Amino acid sequence: MDTCINKIREIALKLLENEEVEKVVGFANGTIPMATSPITIDSKQDVDKLVFNSTCGLNLANYIRNQKGKLAIVAKGCDSRNIVNHIVENQVKRDQVHIIGVPCQGMVDKKKIDALFDDDIIEFTEDGDTLKVKSNTKEETLSKKDFLRENCSLCQHRNPVLYDDLAGDLVEEQKLDNPYPDVDRIEAMDSDTKWQHFEDLLQNCIRCYACKNACPLCYCPTCFVDEAGPQWVGKGQNETDVSTFHFLRAFHCGGRCTDCGACVEACPMDINVRDFTRKLNKDSFEMFGWEAGMDITKRPPLDAYSPDDPNDFIK
Amino acid sequence: MKFITIDKKDWAKGIEKSRETYKLFGPVKEKNGFLIKSLDDDVQPDMNYQDSVMSPKSVVFPQSEKMLTTSLDDSQDGHHIMNRVDTDYSPKAVIGIRPYDAKAMQLVKLNFDTKDYRDPYWCDAYEATTFVGLGINKPGLYDFSTSAGSGPFEEEGLDVLLADMDDKYLAKIITDKGQAYVDSCGFGTDADEKESQVLLDVLKKEAEKNIASKINTDQLKSKTILDLHEAPFWDDVAFSCINCGTCTYVCPTCWCFDIQDETKNKKTTRFKNWDTCMSSLFTLHTTGHNPRDSKTQRVRQRFMHKLKYFVDKYDQGTMCVGCGRCVKSCPVNIDIREVCNMMNAYEKQAE
Repeated sequence: MDTCINKIREIALKLLENEEVEKVVGFANGTIPMATSPITIDSKQDVDKLVFNSTCGLNLANYIRNQKGKLAIVAKGCDSRNIVNHIVENQVKRDQVHIIGVPCQGMVDKKKIDALFDDDIIEFTEDGDTLKVKSNTKEETLSKKDFLRENCSLCQHRNPVLYDDLAGDLVEEQKLDNPYPDVDRIEAMDSDTKWQHFEDLLQNCIRCYACKNACPLCYCPTCFVDEAGPQWVGKGQNETDVSTFHFLRAFHCGGRCTDCGACVEACPMDINVRDFTRKLNKDSFEMFGWEAGMDITKRPPLDAYSPDDPNDFIK
Repeated sequence: MKFITIDKKDWAKGIEKSRETYKLFGPVKEKNGFLIKSLDDDVQPDMNYQDSVMSPKSVVFPQSEKMLTTSLDDSQDGHHIMNRVDTDYSPKAVIGIRPYDAKAMQLVKLNFDTKDYRDPYWCDAYEATTFVGLGINKPGLYDFSTSAGSGPFEEEGLDVLLADMDDKYLAKIITDKGQAYVDSCGFGTDADEKESQVLLDVLKKEAEKNIASKINTDQLKSKTILDLHEAPFWDDVAFSCINCGTCTYVCPTCWCFDIQDETKNKKTTRFKNWDTCMSSLFTLHTTGHNPRDSKTQRVRQRFMHKLKYFVDKYDQGTMCVGCGRCVKSCPVNIDIREVCNMMNAYEKQAE
């Protein structure tokens, strides 16, 4: 990790020095353990603020829309795929972003680590696969692979798919026989159990919209939940309104979601929002052989007509 | 001031007994940590909690509350005339509320119960509620309450303050409401007042030693609003913000709400929902104009309201009690302690 941080800083410094970019979007250390914060820097003096570690769980592609001038962005595999999405969806031009690719070994599940302790974690350090976590009452040495976020443990695109510079050696991609065991589990439920599963999932949702706002796909100028004329969905805590928000948001992400996990990372109530999007990712893959954000020349399947479409109705 | 001791062996039975008179709320362990919830008949408050993810403000200020209702059916008597809904204001008690959250209720009260206006929904719920606090023997990493006008054994806003003494609770009965609750539990072993206060002071001192982080607020009042409003740091503070409502929803003092009407068939209901200054709909005018149109303006509003406008208007300190929930829950780690210290230290550069 340390070498990759040095490399990120080196590249950022060079880009700012040569005035190739106006600013660099990356991660900075947070003010509390296990936290990093998205940051933008525009001066050479600030490059040492840039860091990268296993707690950089948000997706920086969310920070590059509507920016003027050329900018550089630190991008792990999933961030790079969302940059590809942005390019395909005309949210940013390819020549406007300089991508500092970071081959990624996965991000940690902070809530899972938190759950090991009764009191607050006061220190978190990592060295390769070894995580050292400390509270006032105990210290744990953990293996990172046991505490990866679920989306990271199922990730098959750890390397950036598009980059201008690399801040580390490419890593070996995981080959999974079944990348969707979580969806299979839900699919196997009968319809009552399935309904109960999603009702339980949303039980504590406070509609803070952290999931949607952390998502690089959710950039509509006015989200349907905020529309007032007509108002598509009620704004209170009515169960139907809450689930309508989640269902519709998931469908808006169909064929576009890269499973970056930013929605789950941001949720203050620990709701596995991916339970909604994952089924659509699986369908996209099985029906159209499609994984989002892999190629800047291809449009998402629900956005394009193809003569060899497997569905009869469209022919 | 009266003190009693409660043997923990008698605790659960007493709590059970109080249900004859009170509807109970208390800490419950959920998947993502503790929440202060309405306690089902077979559920006891889990007094071993450190803090709750959400503040207990929802007990008197629900996230979504029915206010008024009417029929739109012209053939009905009183159609189109809004009437207050029938809400249950029978006695409630929040068991194990943290002192900073009780203090926060007092700050929120300044808004809902004033000389000129009284919000009947908030006030009726507040008056029906007894706050049985639990002192914090070991404050956590995020607690900065002592520098935010509260503290681990602060009594303001509490009816009873409990101190956990291993096998028993020492209870300080602060108000008549508190006495009534304790009586309903059948708790009544009197403790010596002087000795008990000494014990409480020792616990308080020990607890306060654990609080390492603080905010500086001494200069906020002397700053001019416009200087702070135009300070150069707001774009940097706001850059990472995703404008979700997490900070405002977990906050015990955020009191903004939005009014919504919902109609189904011929029946319409007016709701009061939590609002959040982070939302693009916040202060959006019917003309389409919004004085807080950008992310930076909205983030600035949150901090200016808590740390400057409130300070100036009420002269009761900041509208932050130092619970640390927003610091812990913010997905992008925007830290109110840093922003507050920055505001407090800000000096406008001469032009």
